[in-house]
Parts: sequence; C-alpha cells; structure tokens
Amino acid sequence: MSGHSTWPEWVYVGVVIALLCYVGAEAWNIERIVEHVPEDAEIIKVTGQQWLWTFEHEDGTKEIGELHVEKGKAYKFEITSKDVIHSFNIHDYVVLLDAVPGKINTVWFSPTEAGEFDIQCREYCGLIHYNMRGTLIVEDNGA
Amino acid sequence: MVLELQKPRPIWQIMFSTHHTDVGLLYLITSLAFMFMGGALALLLRVELFSPGVQLIADSMTYNRIFTVHGTTLIFLFILPSASAFGNYLVPIMVRFKDMAYPKLNAVAFWMIPPAGALIWLGFADFTWYAYPTYSVVSAPGPAADMWIFGLKILGVSSILGSINFVVTIMKCKHPDLPLSKMPLLAWAYLTSSLITLVAVPTFAAALLMLLTDRLGASGFFNPAMGGDPIAYQHLFWFTFHPEVYILVIPAIGFMYEIFPRFSRKPIFSHGSGVAAFTLLTIVGFASWAHHMYATGMSFTEKTVFMVGTLAAVPASAMHTFNFLATMWGGRIKFATPIMWAVGGIALFFSAGAGGVVNSAMPLDFITHDSYWVVGHFHLFVMGTILFGTVGFVYYFFPYVTGRMYSEVLGKVHFILSFVGTVLVFFTQHILGLFGMPRRIYDYPAIPEWVQMNIIISIGAFIIGIGMAIFLWNLIWSSAKGKPADMDDPFGLGGKYYFPYQAKNPSH
Repeated sequence: MSGHSTWPEWVYVGVVIALLCYVGAEAWNIERIVEHVPEDAEIIKVTGQQWLWTFEHEDGTKEIGELHVEKGKAYKFEITSKDVIHSFNIHDYVVLLDAVPGKINTVWFSPTEAGEFDIQCREYCGLIHYNMRGTLIVEDNGA
Repeated sequence: MVLELQKPRPIWQIMFSTHHTDVGLLYLITSLAFMFMGGALALLLRVELFSPGVQLIADSMTYNRIFTVHGTTLIFLFILPSASAFGNYLVPIMVRFKDMAYPKLNAVAFWMIPPAGALIWLGFADFTWYAYPTYSVVSAPGPAADMWIFGLKILGVSSILGSINFVVTIMKCKHPDLPLSKMPLLAWAYLTSSLITLVAVPTFAAALLMLLTDRLGASGFFNPAMGGDPIAYQHLFWFTFHPEVYILVIPAIGFMYEIFPRFSRKPIFSHGSGVAAFTLLTIVGFASWAHHMYATGMSFTEKTVFMVGTLAAVPASAMHTFNFLATMWGGRIKFATPIMWAVGGIALFFSAGAGGVVNSAMPLDFITHDSYWVVGHFHLFVMGTILFGTVGFVYYFFPYVTGRMYSEVLGKVHFILSFVGTVLVFFTQHILGLFGMPRRIYDYPAIPEWVQMNIIISIGAFIIGIGMAIFLWNLIWSSAKGKPADMDDPFGLGGKYYFPYQAKNPSH
C-alpha cells in the first residue's frame, strides 16, 4: 500500500503455518496410538445417571460410586447413560468421554499406580452435577 | 447531529427514531447496561467459588441459573448489540450513504432485543448457554427453559435482520466512487461478520424450534427415548456457534483496525492483508464446528478433519496480530486509553489463540475439555479480545456521542485493573483446568491446588469488578460533567485523525 516490503508478513505466516502443521501431525500420530485398544482389555460397563456412576465388570459384579481395578491391567470402558448426557472423567489417567443416552462410547486405560483417584462428571447434568463424583481404587495385586 | 447530551432531546425522539446514529445509541446503551448486569452475575459466581462449601448462593440450582444467564447475557445481549451499535454509527458513514439501507428494519431489529432480554432474565433458565439435550428436553425446569428458547429465537431473528441491513447497505448503497477494496477495514468487518451470521444463525433457529417441540413432547428429534439423537443438536448448535465466535471477534478486530493507525499516526501496515484475513476467517470458520465435540465419541477420522479445519483458521488470526504490530512499528504512538485497551487486547488475543491450538490438538483436548481450561480459553477471547476491543472503542467514541471527554486517568486505571484482573482470572483458570476442575460446578472438594487457584481467580474477578465500577462512574459522570471535547481532535493527535466526526449524516 505505502510501498513498504511485505516479506516479513509472508515469513511470519509461513512460520505459523509450519508450527501448525507440526502440531497437527503430532496430534494425529499420538491420537492414533492412544486410541489403539489392547486385545486383552477387560470390559467395564459404565452407566451414568442423575447423579451417580454405576460400573459392571465382565464377571457380572456391579459397583456404585466406586470402581475397583488392578494395577497393570488394561480396561476398556463401555460408557452410556440412562437419562441425560454426562461425561465420564478420570482426570489423573486422562480418561474423558461423554455418556450419551442411546449410544455406547468406548475408551481404554491401564492404571500404572496403585491408590485412589477421583472420578467425576464433566458435562453439565443438572442439580447435583457438581457432586456426581466417584472413586477409582487401583489395587496392587503384585501382578 | 448526534450530540445527545449537549443538545438534549426528549427521550422518545431517540427511542422512536430510525436514524442510524439514534438506533446506534440505543444499541450502545442497552448493550452496556447488559454488560454491567452480566458482569455482576459473574462476581456472584466468583464469591460462591471463593472456597469450598456454601458461601453466598444457597443451592446449586440458583448457581446454575446464574451462570446460564451470565453467559447468555454477555454473548447475546452485550457483545452482539455492542457490535451493532458501532456498526450503525459508522457503516453508513464509511460507505458514504445517508443512513442504513432499511432504517425501519434497523429499528425493528433493535427493538426485538429488550423483550428477548426480559424473557431471558425473567425466566432465569439453568441449562447453560448451550442448552444441550437430553438435559434440556427431559430435565430442565420450565417455564424458564421455554422462555430462554423464545428469547434466543427473537435474538436470532434480530441479528439476521441486522445482518441483512449491513450487507445491503455495504453492497448496494456504497458510494460508486468507493471500491470495495478501498473500503475501511471496519466496514469489511461488518460485511464479513454479517455474511457469517446469515449463513450460520438459521441453523440454530431451526434447532431451537426442534428443541421446543421436543420439550412439548410433540417430537423426538433429540430424545433417544423417542428414537432421536442428542448429538444431532450439538452439531446444529456448533454449526452456528463456532462461526459465531468469528461473528463476535471480527467487529472487535475491526475496532482495533480503527484505533491502531490513528493513535500510531501511521497508515495501516497492509489493508489487503486485513481484508484477506477477514475473508479467510469467514470461510474457514465453517470448517471447525465439531472440535467442540471430540468427547462425544467421534471417530478418529471425524476428529482429524475438524482438527485440520480448526488449525486452518489460525493463520488468518495471526495475520491480524501481525498487521496491528506492524502498524504500530515506527509510529508516533500516543498512549491514550483507547490504544491501551487495543494493545492489551492483542496480547490476550494471542494468548487465547495459542491456548486454542492446544484445545484443537486431539489428544490434548481430552485433558482440557469441559474443564476450567476451556472457561479460561474462551473468556480470553470474549473478555480479553472482544471486550477489550469494544471498551477501547467505547472510550474512542465517547467524545463523538457525548461531546465531552471522559476522564483519561480513570480510563487508564480501568484498563490496568481490567488487564491485571483478566490475566489473574483466566490464565489461572487454564492451570486449574489442567488440575482437572470441571466447569459449571457449584461446589468443589477441598483439593489444596483447586482451593488456592479459586481464591486467586476470585480476587482477580473482584479487581475486574472494581475496574468496571470505575468505568460505570466514568461513563455517567463524564457524559454529564466531563469537560467539552475538541470535536475535531479530542485526543490531540494532530487534527486529521478523528474519523467519526468528519462525516456525519443529517437527521431525518
């Protein structure tokens, strides 16, 4: 416009695009790896309802509000909801997926440390959403 | 003539006027009123979250209603109308036409806002500003929810009418000597954001109707018990509201394009790059809506597509930041209040954009989604960028509307308090999100990190609150008692830089 050179802007935009390409490619690659479910993963059925979590293990045992798993094993959650949309979240293990009525969403994880971890709901679901919490108990059976 | 307070007129003359500056004034006053109301609600939320346990708000439902109305008010009743306010003042002048293309339609579009605001505030719904089914269909208490739906419906029609008016004014009433390529960037901002509105908003209008009939039990579009799919609503919603982000942010960027060259006393670095970036955002903004929905159980391919679409919008935003900085570079900058707000706005815009890249990267989204990170992220846009640009422009515009000068000292104090507060609140919220605190919760367990960060956030919010109280005082006191402004050059920039006053349209 005023006759000044525009190459700094082109360089700048080029650098931004290069950074974005790197972020995108890296994100694509990592997501591809973490979404690959191990074949021996045990299935745990997770059901959200206002305002508690219920869990059903492969052997049929059911738990409410607490989930017992073993350290080192892989687990695959099959998440659904009985009423409204919730979001199943174990923040310490980056497990996060919506519990949608009429739909089953799956995500897997493998606990690496024994101890107690928080389970919470991360999608607004009404009156007691703030306290729709549970506990993940990872037991170390020496495996 | 628009100097309302110097030459008083009866209020009904302004209210029933169809002149573009009068409608602009109505928009401006309404939107600022809603800004203070919505901000006050935010302070209530921050008092409640100051520490675990009950502080101020007796039950969670009241808390849920407050954050819903806070969000709805500030997005639909502050940001959108404030953009329309300045558009009404400036677009006809910038395209050299005597008024908006359809003055009566313009007044109608404004007068739809107060009843919609009344519906939202009297109803006080609780289902968050995005009203996801199935909660909003089977569980949200009426009549609040239904009043919210009707309020939003009215606001949607209002913004469609306003956008038609802007597009027609710019495309059809522009002076023949003024080519589009030479049109000021703020007018370009209104053209592009209005085009986005016209494409995006009807989708949500349809979704609202479906939501209403679902609530009445007449249909089951989003209700799985009747064979519907709640995720469909989220697609319709975000198809409107991701582009809506650009509808909100583009006028604020346009304000900065007015402020920077004038207060740097130097032409814009590249007009063409600004136009290109606006146009790019208009198109690419439609390619990213489902990045809000990674956690609904989307397939890997869908997530990849929307991640790429989202990242594609970043270079255009980066072009704007570059343009602002290059405009200031080597200029004789006068750091009056308006440019301080604009500079603060760029810093926060950049931070918000960098955080957005993190959200859009698939694996990282599962750490940040629906946590306080997201709250911090979008507030850096809506507050840090849009409100900063808008408030800076309110200061810039103040002499034009009132014929008086605001208090420069109070304006700068307001800026410093707001900038410090915004950084304290929203940067801390990012970190709090990484520590796993979900958004929209009334109470939280006493995890030490959460408690500490919530205290910092609340203190930051109170600092912003003090700044806004000073702003309110400055607006009221200065418009009545401020010293008369030199209308040709109220900021002492050297004569030829104060645009709005140089061209004005006669009343009719």
